[in-house]
Amino acid sequence: MSEAVEHSEKHRGAFSSRKVFILAAIGSAVGLGNIWRFPYVAYENGGGAFILPYLIALLTAGLPFLLLDYGLGHRYRGSAPLSFRRAARASEGLGWWQVGICFVIAVYYAAVIAWAARYAFFSFDKAWGDDPEGFLFGSYLQAGDPGISLDFVSGVTVPLVLVWVTVLALMALGVQKGIGVASTIFIPILFAAFIALVVVALTLDGASAGLDALFTPDWSALGETSVWIAAYGQIFFSLSVGFGIMITYASYVGRRSDMTGSGLVVGFANSGFELLAGIGVFAALGFMATASGVGVDEVATDGLGLAFIAFPAIINEAPAGALIGVLFFGSLVVAGVTSLVSVIEVVISAVRDKFEMSRVGASMAVGVPAALISITLLGTTTGVYVLDIIDHFINRFGILVVAVASMLALVWVFRKTSLLREHLNRDGSVQVGRWWELLIGVFAPAALTFILVNEFIDNIQEPYEGYPTWMLATLGWGLAAAVLVLGFVAARLPWRESTFLGDPEIQARQDERSS
Amino acid sequence: MSTSAVVMMLIAMLVLWGGLGVAIWNINRYQGEEPESVHRDL
Repeated sequence: MSEAVEHSEKHRGAFSSRKVFILAAIGSAVGLGNIWRFPYVAYENGGGAFILPYLIALLTAGLPFLLLDYGLGHRYRGSAPLSFRRAARASEGLGWWQVGICFVIAVYYAAVIAWAARYAFFSFDKAWGDDPEGFLFGSYLQAGDPGISLDFVSGVTVPLVLVWVTVLALMALGVQKGIGVASTIFIPILFAAFIALVVVALTLDGASAGLDALFTPDWSALGETSVWIAAYGQIFFSLSVGFGIMITYASYVGRRSDMTGSGLVVGFANSGFELLAGIGVFAALGFMATASGVGVDEVATDGLGLAFIAFPAIINEAPAGALIGVLFFGSLVVAGVTSLVSVIEVVISAVRDKFEMSRVGASMAVGVPAALISITLLGTTTGVYVLDIIDHFINRFGILVVAVASMLALVWVFRKTSLLREHLNRDGSVQVGRWWELLIGVFAPAALTFILVNEFIDNIQEPYEGYPTWMLATLGWGLAAAVLVLGFVAARLPWRESTFLGDPEIQARQDERSS
Repeated sequence: MSTSAVVMMLIAMLVLWGGLGVAIWNINRYQGEEPESVHRDL
């Protein structure tokens, strides 16, 4: 291997094995959305019948897109900006756009983990009493009117600081010793804890009513466009594809690794966990409905409402309430931390590559500002509104837009798919055919564009949740536009002379021939 | 639970968890090449 490439590889760090990479990728993909979004999306969109569009979305968009990210990162062996830069000079801005999005996500994602960590402790004495909703917004978050205040809430700020200290310590330890070791420990714990939660939930009275509501198929739903949109949206958002994470992680795997086989494991592990979450969540909701003497439809919910209002209510009533609380909120924390680590690594890796910084230096240069912004914006009485707006807009008009733009650019502008297909097939246990190029060039972008256009129209017609216009304009539309602009500005900054900007694979092959 | 719900639950388990099992079996029989040494993260 040439000196420049070898220097770059050694300097960047790597996972010690394919198994560690797979665990880290699963840790990234399995996040809060798997636990609190999938069950309700499935329930609302045809119940048992949803498995059909969900599986089709996984096979026609999720896995193909995952392999595109893997191919790009593995072939060009760099962070998102460096991989794009090595693929085609003009595409570097796409990588920095993804980096900007990851920075924004990290800032608010940490807050939800902090809430979940606090709620794990609240579970012991059921601190929320008989009114979990009033407790969440009143006693705990002390939510005032929408806006931006600097009235800090210690119950949020303290765990938020601890989350950031933990994450920055992991990041400073590096790719293998930090991310790799954490994934090897946390992912088995996450699966074990959630399986235990499911077992406990299934023993509750009324669990079968919840499962009945979740799995009873409504075949007529398959004729509705919204159900297919929901399936593609769920797969896309839960797989961590399209915004740099899988590109970055794939760059840390051995050069002759089986990326297609690894992709299948990660994709099915992510979806398998979602199914597990669906069973656990709806068994618990069935218990709550039975205990309250109402239908499951009256208690079914998702997101923050499910985690911080419905589950506390379940914990109040269930025989092993504290155990359910610790397992549920503990799972949220572990799933959240392993995802947050992957999100912030996209930024750290990019900064390291561009400025040739040390691991610790880059971790602090990225992590400390992110933590300070996070604590300032999210640790206050208005944090919940800030989180809600940023999350809503950056997912739709950040991740979704950059994913479609990157896919179309790689396929139609820079024409890299044949090369990446060849690369994936060279050491892949599953061969990728020409159909893959068709899926990522036409089908997947068309499906995602359809979702995007629908979201755009909805958000223009009705301002999100009735928030003040200035908040939506700055934290919503403005922030989504800012990361795009800043991304392409960052791409104008020069690389260090020592950074190898050619195709590392070609260089490596030349070296192999000459040695 | 209704019969249709049980059937759909079993199908979902078979497809997703079975798919995971097959995927793990597949990579286990195909070792590929592991890195010769763990790169230092400088």
